[in-house]
Amino acid sequence: MGILNLLRRNTFEHGVHPQEHKELTCRLPIRRLPFAPTLIVPLSQHAGAPAVALVTPGQEIVRGEPIARADGFLSVPMHAPATGVVDSIRLMPTARGPKTESIVIQVYGGSSQEVLYDAPHDVDSMTPEQIIQAVQDSGMVGLGGAAFPTHVKMKPPPEHKVDTLVVNGCECEPYLTCDHRLMLEQTDDLLSGIHIVMRALGVERAMIGVEDNKMDAVEAIAGRLAENSPVSVHAVKTKYPQGAEKMLIESLLGRRVTSGSFPSSVGVSVFNVSTLAQIGALLPRGRGVIERVVTVTGPGVRNPGNYLVPVGTPVRFLLEFAGSTPKANELILGGPMMGMSVASLDVPVTKAVSGMVVLEASDTELRDRHVQPCIRCAYCVEACPMHLNPSTLGLLAAKGEYETMAREFHLNDCFECGCCSYVCPANIPLVQYFRIAKAINREKAA
Amino acid sequence: MDTRLKIELRTSPHLKQAVTVEQIMRNVVYALLPVCAFAVFAFGISVLALLMVTTLTCVLGESLFCRLSGRPSTVNDWSIVITGLLLGLTLPPGFPLWMAAVAAAVAVGLGKALFGGLGYNVMNPALVGRAFVQAAFPVAITTWTPAFLDRRFTEFIPSTLTAPFMQPPALADWIEQAQVDAFSGATPLALQKFEQIGTPVGDLLTGMTTGSAGETSALIILAGGLYLAARRMMDWRIPVGVLLGAALTSLPFWLMDSVRYPDPLFVLFSGGLMLGAVFMASDMVASPVTPRGVWVYSLFIGVLTVIIRLFGGLTEGVMYAILLGNAISPLIATVTQPRVFGAAGKDPRA
Repeated sequence: MGILNLLRRNTFEHGVHPQEHKELTCRLPIRRLPFAPTLIVPLSQHAGAPAVALVTPGQEIVRGEPIARADGFLSVPMHAPATGVVDSIRLMPTARGPKTESIVIQVYGGSSQEVLYDAPHDVDSMTPEQIIQAVQDSGMVGLGGAAFPTHVKMKPPPEHKVDTLVVNGCECEPYLTCDHRLMLEQTDDLLSGIHIVMRALGVERAMIGVEDNKMDAVEAIAGRLAENSPVSVHAVKTKYPQGAEKMLIESLLGRRVTSGSFPSSVGVSVFNVSTLAQIGALLPRGRGVIERVVTVTGPGVRNPGNYLVPVGTPVRFLLEFAGSTPKANELILGGPMMGMSVASLDVPVTKAVSGMVVLEASDTELRDRHVQPCIRCAYCVEACPMHLNPSTLGLLAAKGEYETMAREFHLNDCFECGCCSYVCPANIPLVQYFRIAKAINREKAA
Repeated sequence: MDTRLKIELRTSPHLKQAVTVEQIMRNVVYALLPVCAFAVFAFGISVLALLMVTTLTCVLGESLFCRLSGRPSTVNDWSIVITGLLLGLTLPPGFPLWMAAVAAAVAVGLGKALFGGLGYNVMNPALVGRAFVQAAFPVAITTWTPAFLDRRFTEFIPSTLTAPFMQPPALADWIEQAQVDAFSGATPLALQKFEQIGTPVGDLLTGMTTGSAGETSALIILAGGLYLAARRMMDWRIPVGVLLGAALTSLPFWLMDSVRYPDPLFVLFSGGLMLGAVFMASDMVASPVTPRGVWVYSLFIGVLTVIIRLFGGLTEGVMYAILLGNAISPLIATVTQPRVFGAAGKDPRA
C-alpha cells in the first residue's frame, strides 16, 4: 500500500467537487450584526439533554450571564446573548422542525451591551478536569454544525489512548467562509484554544487541516507557529466532504476510523476551528458562548458577508439586515450540502449555525426536476466517501426494506453528507430515503 | 425586505450536479453518430434506411408502450434512440427492413417495456432484439455484402427492400455483378475460423472489411468510447475489461497453434467485439454498480466471447456473451458489494 498511500496523500477516496461560490464572502472581514429587538434562545440547541432555565419571565438579565444550567454531563448551559428582560419562556419554532422550549428576550435598545459577567481562570494552572468543567460551563458545543457538547469530546473513553488533536479548518461546504475568516482574523485565539484543549486531552501533537483553497489561512497560521511547535498546519485537497471527521483523519494521518467507532478509537480527537477559537477567547475570562460568526450568502442575498451574530437572532432580522432579492426562493441554515431549509423566518440562529445561504429559483431548478428510475450509472457508488452502495440502498428504500438496508448494506455508516443525491442524474433523493430509513429503524428499535 | 418573499422547503443537499439522465443518453447518441456515419459511408443507403427503420420503430414502440402502461412518455430521455441505433449497427448491411422492424419491436417490447422501461431492463434491449432475429432469420442475419461498392449511394442492396414476411433474394448474382474482385461472402471472423485466412489489422481498424453495419471500423468506435469515458458518461473499466479478457484468453491458444487460432490483435479488432465492448457491455442499466463487480462482469464477457468464437458453432460470440453478462450482473453485484470505509478488521493499513 506504500505507493497508493503516497498518491492519496492529503485526501480521502471518493467525494464530490461542487462549485465553491466562496468568492462571494471570502474576502469580507467579520462584521458585528446589530442586536435584534427580540432574541429567542432555545434550551435545546445541542445534542443531549436540554438546559434548564434559571430565569423567570420579567427578570432583567445582563449580557453574558448564565440563563440556563446544564442538565447533567451530556448537556450545556446557556448565557444571555444580550442585556434585556426575559419576556417569556415558551415553545418557539426551530430550524429542526419541532417547537422547542425557548427563552424569549426583549433586548434593551439603550444598553451598551457590554459583557459584565466574568469569571477569569488561570488556564495554565488548571487541571484537565478543571478545563473540561470550564468548557462545559461556557456552554461550548461543536460549532461546525454538529452541536455536540465539546467537553464530552474532551473526555474520551479511558480505553482509548488519544495522541493527536485534529483541528478541522476544512470548511468543505460550498458558500461558507466563516471558518476561513476566523482563521485569518482570530489566529491567536485559535492557537490558544488549541493549546488549552491539548492540555485537557494530554496530547503532544495537534494537526490543523485546511482545504487548499484557503492557502492564505494556512500561511497565516503557519506564520504564528513557533519552530518545533507541537502544532502543525496542513493543506488538504479541496473536496467535499473533506471536513467530515473520518475523512479528515484519513487525509491527515492515514488512519481509518472503524465502522461504528469514535475517532478516539484511533487515537484522535477532532475539533472545529471556530470551537477552538471561541475556547481560546472565552475560557481565560470564564465567559459563555453568546455569539458566533455566520456566513450570510447566496445569490438571493444583496449584501453577503461574515457576520458576528448574537445567539438567538431571528433569521428574519438577519435576512432584513443583509437584504434579499425578489427571486429568493429557499433559505438554508448551515451549508447547502447538509444544511436545513427553514420553513419560517421566525426561527433563531443557534450555536451550531455556521451559515445562512439564500438560493434563488434558478439555483433550485435542477433539484426540482422530476425523479427518474435508477439507471445504475454508479455515480453515487463512486461518490460515497463511506464506500456504501447508495444505488442498491435506494432501491431497497423504495421497497421499504429498511432493516435489510441496515443489516446488509451498512445504512448506519451513512453520515448523510449528500454526495449521492448531489450526483444522481435521475434526481433520486437518496440521502433523504436514508434519513427516513434510519428514523424508522430507530423507532422500531425503541 | 420584500414582504411577499416566499420560501420553499427542500431536503439537503440543496445543490445538484448538472448531469442528467437525458444528458448521459444524448452524449451516447453523439458518440454513436460517427459510427453510424461511417456505416452509411461504407455500405450506402441500405444502411441509412436500416438505421432509420430500427430507430423509428424503437421510438414509436416506446411511446406506444408508455401509453399502454399509462406512464408518461419516456421517449425524451433519449435512451430508446440508443437502442434503435445500436440495433441497426449490429445487423448486416443488407438486412431486410421488415425484419429490422421486427427486431426493433422485440427490442423495445421484450427487451425494455416488459420489464418496466428504462432502469428496469435486465439485458441490453438492442441485443435482445438482435438475439431474436438471429434465431428467427438465421440466413438473413448471416448474409454479408461487401463494403464500398460503387453504386452504394444510388442503389439499395436487393435484400433490403424484401416485402414483409417474404424471404430475401439470394445475393450471389448481385454481388458478382457489382463487384470486381471475387467476394467470398464471409466476414473476417468466418474467414479465419473456417479457412484460416487472416485479415490485416489495419483493414480491421479502418473498416475496410465486411461485417455488420456498424462494427467494421474499430477506430471510430474507440474514438466514441474515449469521448464518453472522458465525459464520465461511460465506465471505462468495462471496455478495458472486456478487451483485456478477450486478449488474455486468446493469447495462450494463439501461442499454442498460431495457424488454427487467431492472434489477440485480430481477436480485439474483428467482428463486433469493439462495438460490443464500448457501447453495449457498458450499458449502465444492465451492468453491475459495484467497482469490483464491473471488473468481474467485463472480464467475464471478454473471456466468454473468445470461448464462443473459438469453440462454438458461431463465428461471433459477443452478443451472447454480453447477454449472459447482463443476466448474471445482479448476482455479480450482490457478491461484490463495496467494502465499507473502516470495515472492521479489513483495513489494509491498520
